[in-house]
Amino acid sequence: MKYAYYPGCAGKGATPELHQSTMKVVNGLGIEVHELDAFNCCGAGVISEADPDLAYTLNARTLATAEALHLDIMTVCGTCQGVLGGINKKLQKDKSLRKRINLGLQKSTGLTYNGTVKVKHIQWILVKDFGLEALKPFISNPLTDVSIAPFYGCYILRPESATGFDDWENPQSLEKLIKTMGAYPVEYDGRTKCCGFPVFLEKEKIATELVANRVGSAKKAGADAMVTPCPLCHMGLDIYQKDAEKIHQKKEGLSHTLDMPVLHLPQLLGLAMGYSPESLGMKHHLMPTAPLIQKIH
Amino acid sequence: MRITIKIQRFNPESEIKKAHWVDYTLDAGRETTVLLALIKIKEEIDGTLTFRASCRASICGSDLMMINGIQKLACRTSVLEEISRHGKLQVGPMDKMPVIKDLVVDMDPFWQKLKAVKPYVERQNDDAPVQSETLTNIQEDLENADACIMCGACLSACNSFEASSDFLGPAALAKAYRIQVDPRDEMRIDRLTALQEDNGIWDCVRCVYCVQVCPKDVAPMEQIVRLRRLSIAANMTESIGALHITKFTEVVGEEGRLNETKLPLLMTWGNFKKMFQMIPLGIKMLIHGKSPNPFADPPAGHKAVRAIFKGRKK
Repeated sequence: MKYAYYPGCAGKGATPELHQSTMKVVNGLGIEVHELDAFNCCGAGVISEADPDLAYTLNARTLATAEALHLDIMTVCGTCQGVLGGINKKLQKDKSLRKRINLGLQKSTGLTYNGTVKVKHIQWILVKDFGLEALKPFISNPLTDVSIAPFYGCYILRPESATGFDDWENPQSLEKLIKTMGAYPVEYDGRTKCCGFPVFLEKEKIATELVANRVGSAKKAGADAMVTPCPLCHMGLDIYQKDAEKIHQKKEGLSHTLDMPVLHLPQLLGLAMGYSPESLGMKHHLMPTAPLIQKIH
Repeated sequence: MRITIKIQRFNPESEIKKAHWVDYTLDAGRETTVLLALIKIKEEIDGTLTFRASCRASICGSDLMMINGIQKLACRTSVLEEISRHGKLQVGPMDKMPVIKDLVVDMDPFWQKLKAVKPYVERQNDDAPVQSETLTNIQEDLENADACIMCGACLSACNSFEASSDFLGPAALAKAYRIQVDPRDEMRIDRLTALQEDNGIWDCVRCVYCVQVCPKDVAPMEQIVRLRRLSIAANMTESIGALHITKFTEVVGEEGRLNETKLPLLMTWGNFKKMFQMIPLGIKMLIHGKSPNPFADPPAGHKAVRAIFKGRKK
């Protein structure tokens, strides 16, 4: 089992703990990865707002690089998965689009993409390629009595035409993984909704309100932590949570504080595999993770 | 097959003033839609059950409701498929809309938003001729934006609307796009300028819900993105939303990847109030090792990306 590993900008930038915990987990499970160390941004749906063909070409470069290695791509970011995976599906389906994009890609980089690569998020790889049964023996530190709120976010689910792993209306892969780790997946409103991250810089009020709704709802349902397959959701829910707390308190009363740790999927799995919180980069979180760690150990 | 439908009931004039769930058990087959089941319940079990419906063929858009928590037209949703997909069948009124009775909601917020974008062609002289081929050509630009049946699914599912009830919303903005590409319209610059304001195109969080729930594949979010693109093309680049796009693209064009420290700095450069507001969070991010160095050498791969950008400009 070997993949071309696409860490994404966040994994190599603002959320180094995602890359750190991913490496820890894949090494522990024996999943071989070839890191695409000269990778480029997927555009996060933002570059395509300026110039769709530019976004296609950037992602075609990534796909062509993996194709030359004869490997499928493993992503660790819900947004990268949605964008890179979605563009891959379009390039595979629409030959004339692929021809047009290849023309520009060939001229500028010498690469050509023939449409043979699959793009898979680590969440999907764990559930399907690796398999939940195979994962069980690696859970040396089951997260018994811990309640986890699964938070999917948007781009790993929608649009369905770009993703197509989970049923977007009723996704189950995070729930299955949480159960395999020995924890309890809590039911709450908002697991498939937006964290607000895309508009934090321009529409802070909207974004913070969404964080308050998501974390508030997970907390009411009794979650000890949230887990997400998207580092942008992690950032939205973690770094803006203190601002969101004010909105939550306005609605629910002053005693209703927000102190929810928001873990990347590989971090939670790493804890269940018995790795130390330090080795999974827990120090990079803004919200305290110590109470959760204490409950686990 | 015997099935059970859980329906949310609410009657402001009854003794139970609160919304509550009631179970109904009935026979259903492969041909049974949620609407047919509702009609059966009304005719055979409880005549007080109230819902809106008309054409029964996904054309009138009247019977949009929450089916297992998702915005769907009752007339094109199969009872058995829902039960196999969700293991249950729960039906409630459209989310985020004021409930009048049972499954009937007040659509006024939806209509007000539509009115606000002036969803009609405006001309100084209505009799001035328009070349018919120009009208045929726009069919491609419309991108299905004219297929809306005004069922309200997109607004009800909209995550921005959840946080901000004044947001114009997906349907109204998709309609604005439809008029925006109409060659007969003479108010295009004014309309586009108005959409730059708060509650306009830059308030969309891009959650893709509207694209997913729309029964007619209007893809409202895609139309909002097209309005954003038209804005930038018309040099409306001052808003912080537009700056997000242009500066993001600029950083990636230079470095090949996004530098999360550089982007907010470039977006707010010169906007001292905004920059000042970001300081406390910036410090926290720095302490926790979440701020990539904005002055670091560009990462491997940047040369290829620069070449791609250069090629696109040509």
